[in-house]
Formats: sequence, C-alpha cells, structure tokens
Amino acid sequence: MSSLEATIEAANQETVRRMLAAEPVLVDVIPASEAIPALDDGVILHAGPPVAWKRMCGPMRGAICGVAVFEGWAKDLAAAEALAAEGAFAFHPNHTFDAVGPMTGMTTRSQPVMVVENRAFGNRAYCAINEGLGKVMRFGGNDAEVLERLAWLRERFGPLLGAALRRSGGVELSPLIARGLTMGDEMHQRNVACSSLFLRALAPHLAAVADDDDDLEGAFAFMGGNDQFFLNIAMIAGKAITDPANGVEGSTVVTAMSRNGTDFGIRVSGLGDTWFTAPVEMPAGLYFPGYTEADANPDMGDSAIVETIGLGGFAMGAAPAVAGFVGAGAPSGAGSYTRAMREITVAENPNWTIPAMDFAGAPTGIDIRLVVDANVAPTINTGIAHREPGVGQVGAGIVKAPMACFREALIAFAEKAGVA
Amino acid sequence: MSEDAPPAHLLNDPLVVINLGLEGFSRDLAGQGVDVVHVDWAPPAGGDARLAELLSKLGA
Repeated sequence: MSSLEATIEAANQETVRRMLAAEPVLVDVIPASEAIPALDDGVILHAGPPVAWKRMCGPMRGAICGVAVFEGWAKDLAAAEALAAEGAFAFHPNHTFDAVGPMTGMTTRSQPVMVVENRAFGNRAYCAINEGLGKVMRFGGNDAEVLERLAWLRERFGPLLGAALRRSGGVELSPLIARGLTMGDEMHQRNVACSSLFLRALAPHLAAVADDDDDLEGAFAFMGGNDQFFLNIAMIAGKAITDPANGVEGSTVVTAMSRNGTDFGIRVSGLGDTWFTAPVEMPAGLYFPGYTEADANPDMGDSAIVETIGLGGFAMGAAPAVAGFVGAGAPSGAGSYTRAMREITVAENPNWTIPAMDFAGAPTGIDIRLVVDANVAPTINTGIAHREPGVGQVGAGIVKAPMACFREALIAFAEKAGVA
Repeated sequence: MSEDAPPAHLLNDPLVVINLGLEGFSRDLAGQGVDVVHVDWAPPAGGDARLAELLSKLGA
C-alpha cells in the first residue's frame, strides 16, 4: 500500500469514526430566523445544491411561490412568481446553513424548525416539520389548504412540540432509529415505527405542556396520522451526524447527497464544501391511481442525507414492506440492495443492525473510490412529485445517484492529491 | 498426448462452468442443463481507462 493509499484509508476511518460516534438528540423547535440568523425577508433556502430560478423545476417554483405568499412577501402566487423572476428573492441551499429539507425543502424565516444537537461534537442541525401526506409544500403544493397547515404548524403545533421537547430533556435519536430498523423502517419511505415510537415517547410531555385541549388533540391527530412524521427528524439526525465528518483531509467518504429536482449533488469529506453535480435522474417506481411516469418530476430533496448515513435504500433489508411500495421487487429481495450498498461503503454501523440480515450493520461511509471502481451507484428510496407546481405527490420509487458526480469528485480528489 | 492437445475429458465429461461478466451466457448454459456458477464481475470503473488509472493510484 502506497503512502497516499494509507493516508486515505486512515482519513476514511476517521470520517466514519465521527459518523458512528455521533449522538443526535432532538431538543427543541424554534423559529427558523432564530436558528439561522441569515434568514432575512426574501431569503429562501431550498433542497439540493445551488440552483437559479430559471433552472428550477416546476414543483420547486411552485413551493417558492407558495412560501413567498406564506411569508407575506407577495399578495398572491402570480405576484410571487413575478418577484422571483425579477430576482427579488435570494436562494441558497439548506446545506449551507446547517439545515435540510425534504423534496423542495423550503426553509424561510417564520417557519418553525426542529433542532437536533449532536452531543458528541456540539453542532446543531435544523429542518422544518413534516407537513403530512397529500398536497403539501414539499411536493410543490401551494394553495390555501397548504398555507393554512403551515400557519397552524407555525402558530400552534410548532411551539407546543418545542415546549414538550424542552420538558423531555431531548429525545435521543440513535437508539430510536436502531429500534425502528428492527420494526421494519428504513427511515426514508417507511417511518411508521419511528413515528409511533416518537409519539409514544413525547405524549406525556405534550399532555403536560398543552394549555389547550384542542391543541393537544390536534397534535396527537397530526402526529398519529402521519406515517412520515419521523422522516424530517431522521434527516436532521443525518445532517447533524455528517457535518462533523466533513472536512477530514484526505478522506474520500461522501458527507452529503442532495438534489434540487434539476441537479444531484454530493459533497466529499476531503473536498470540503464543494458540490459535485450532475443532472438528476428519474425515479423508477409505482404511481398513485390516475398518475403515470409522464406526470413525474425528476429526483428531488435533501432527504438522501439518510442514505448518506446508511438508512433509506441502504437499509432496504430492514424494510421488506418498502420494497413493494417503491417498486423495488419482491420483499425477499430487499436484502440484496443493502448487500450491494455494502460494496461501496467503508463500514457497518454496529448500533443500527438489521435482524433479517443476521443483524448486519447498516452500510456506512460511501467511498467515492468504491463507487467508481465497482460502477455501483448509491440507491435512494424516494417520493415522486408531480412535475407541475401545485399538485403534490404522485408516487414513490427508487432512484440511482448519477455516477457522473462520483467520477467528477474522484478526478478532483486525484488532482488535489497530485496524482491526476 | 502433447501439452497443446485439448484434454479429452473436456469433450467426454459433464461440464462445470464458471461464467464471468455477462449473465446471459450463464442463463443460456443453465437452460441447457449445464452446471454453471455466475460471477458478477465488471471491469474497474466500468472500463474507463483514465478512471481506472486514477483508482490504481488512490487505492480502491
């Protein structure tokens, strides 16, 4: 082994050590402007790598128009679109500000964001509250129903959830995720177990802090009625876990995967905050009645952060029921996805194990060298948005990360190492 | 028999085949009742010579 190879191996071990040593704890819900002071009026954070208005896909544009109305920056959707086109808004990736967001990933100043603290490293990460299923802003929905729900989250549910979390002292997420894996969740397209476990843990605190019976009933109904409530929490855990692992000199391990509906981007620990991008691919999946692939928008969202930490498509073996939901074949074949992902990762997570695979650990630490060498792209489980703004979710499926991202990153790494 | 001559048993004994790469060959053989083991193999970096050279230096 050459000295360069030895350096890379040691760096990758350090990157993965930081990921495995993380202690993400959900501690609070606060206004986004308090969490991220850069969120002035007109500043909009979105999913994925940077993208300008003119290159944004339909649902991303729809969500931006909706959130501009929600924040009071435009009187209606048409006015919001005109303002966006003339450059009145500043767009930035969530990732730039320690945040993540599913699908369109809108984060603006007055929205409540959940706060995860990584107690092993002292960093924090943020994400808005999951809105539920159906017509929602993360899938490009922007009508009155969508905005009313966001207002309820901001004014009623968010403050209540924050108070309950503060009273609880925080909910440790790593053990909760470990248990969810043993109950059939993979934390991307199946969060039934973790959503239930989370509600069970927090229910006494919600009851203790609620001043209003309607608020409490509404909170229980909202959380209990949303099988994907935990998705956003798993995503913040992912962001809180990967941020301290970024910036390890000489490491070829991926620390972020994300998409904005136009471009797919990855970050690599040894290459810092640089995004390596390629056009997003179209998910292959199953569609809700009345919709087909012709209605689908290409891949979108920061949610691939869960695959970056070994969940989602990487933990498919834990969630055979998901294989059918996302059109990934027979449930008995779910483990083959996890085994394939183990070929492109540095380690297994000893704390997140999969019973049906003899308690193999979740594949952790995607190595760009292994991806390019094996020509095996990371598998991502994902929801599918309608390509037109304002419609919402039309299906769910699996999608491959574009190989071009990993090839470009490998070349950049080799150039930095002086061997290109 | 010279060293260059094919071993006679190849033509007379049942074949056991290890197939590398394209899985279609193994399926065809299996369809004809031949014992075959398929090995899922592909050239490094999908056959891209430049990337394969970089990988040889970076230690994949």
